[in-house]
Amino acid sequence: MSLWLRGEYLLMIGLINYGMGNLHSVAKALEKAGGTVELVSDADKLKDYDRIVLPGVGAFRDCIGALQQTGMDAALKETLDVGTPFLGICLGMQVLMDVSYEFGRYPGLGLISGAVKPFPEQHPEHGFKVPHMGWNDVVLSSAKRPHPVLAPLAGNQVYYVHSYCCMPQNPDHLLGACSYGDYPFAAAIGHDNIVAVQFHPEKSQRAGLALLEAFLQWYP
Amino acid sequence: MLSKRIIPCLDVAHGRVVKGVQFVDIIDAGDPVEAAVKYDEQGADELTFLDIRASHESRGTLYHMVTDVAEHVFMPLTVGGGVKALGDIESLLHAGADKVSINTGAIFTPELVRDAAERFGSSTIVVAVDAKRVEKHWECFTHGGRKPTGINAVEWAKRMSDYGAGEILLTSMDADGTKNGYDIPLTCAVSDAVTANVVASGGVGTLEHLAAGLKEGKADAVLAASIFHFGTFTIHEAKSYLAACGIPVRL
Repeated sequence: MSLWLRGEYLLMIGLINYGMGNLHSVAKALEKAGGTVELVSDADKLKDYDRIVLPGVGAFRDCIGALQQTGMDAALKETLDVGTPFLGICLGMQVLMDVSYEFGRYPGLGLISGAVKPFPEQHPEHGFKVPHMGWNDVVLSSAKRPHPVLAPLAGNQVYYVHSYCCMPQNPDHLLGACSYGDYPFAAAIGHDNIVAVQFHPEKSQRAGLALLEAFLQWYP
Repeated sequence: MLSKRIIPCLDVAHGRVVKGVQFVDIIDAGDPVEAAVKYDEQGADELTFLDIRASHESRGTLYHMVTDVAEHVFMPLTVGGGVKALGDIESLLHAGADKVSINTGAIFTPELVRDAAERFGSSTIVVAVDAKRVEKHWECFTHGGRKPTGINAVEWAKRMSDYGAGEILLTSMDADGTKNGYDIPLTCAVSDAVTANVVASGGVGTLEHLAAGLKEGKADAVLAASIFHFGTFTIHEAKSYLAACGIPVRL
């Protein structure tokens, strides 16, 4: 579904719509970042896009259930196999993991090995409140160069809202980290054409828009 | 480190920003999008819109306003006013709100908060508590502080937090409008009692008041209206001051 308009190539972004939460702000932020966005509810259409974004609001079991029911889980894996750049946001990051322990035990898409676990209920420090809500850091993994999609975040805080966090098994999959109190967790993970973030770029003002722009310009 | 949040609050009526002066005059202060963009540029961490004329007829206007604002600024938006049912919350979230604030609706139907937190997640549900000192404790008031409820405000905040509210928007009706600072004992009592985030509100006149709400009041965020509306301070000035006080803020 590539489009040429007055000699300019328009990048088509497929925003996966699985019937949960509000996709409006993610869509608007991606448009602001320079993309052309379409909501995708039909799994067969997923392969037609230049970029795939999986947003996420709500509970893990509902999200994975909806993806399975619509056949989006299989379609997404096929699309990622052919190398389409992918961005997962919040629950859209968590659902990539093998398993989640939110309200039980639910298998995820298994695209990144590891589990989704809750923040510890009680924290030795005072004031450890769940959900982790507000502006916090992203410390970019420095072993290699910072990931090109995350590089614009250097020195900026981003907006988080979550009670669960991803624990990737392979340290190479950890692209950025954050700490709540002194509890460290994955702020960004990924490999190959997959990048996923725990925070909300669409709510992180300029820093978030810069990330989305970088995602649109990313050719893994 | 998690930053303390600075939240400008905008009162709206019929889709317009309004400013009350000395509780009487309501001045039409303009376009919500313009106001939101201004605060966005100043580095506000979040915006709160309260529909002070929440009526059935004006709901559509409010939803349009939220959608309009959400298209122009990319930051968390809390919207409140007249929320009485799950359907109201769903409509506001779909319009573009990230969090919905429930006040009187929670007093009449406390289970609404539990149902809403289960359905939409704790992080989207804010309970607004308007408290007034009555003898040696604080009591919840409704209808802009006019109607007493007989409910102990600290106990109520704890109950709402236990029901799943992710945030308590705590307004001291005694302090509101005085510019003498937040009610620190009240803010501290609620912060100690609940696991939810606490947003202190009501009474800010100086930057010292913001610092006191966060330090002595132990609030997670501070909300203010008039000092930002009337240009007494910019958000950036407020944050620079707080940073100088050793409070973690996003600059």
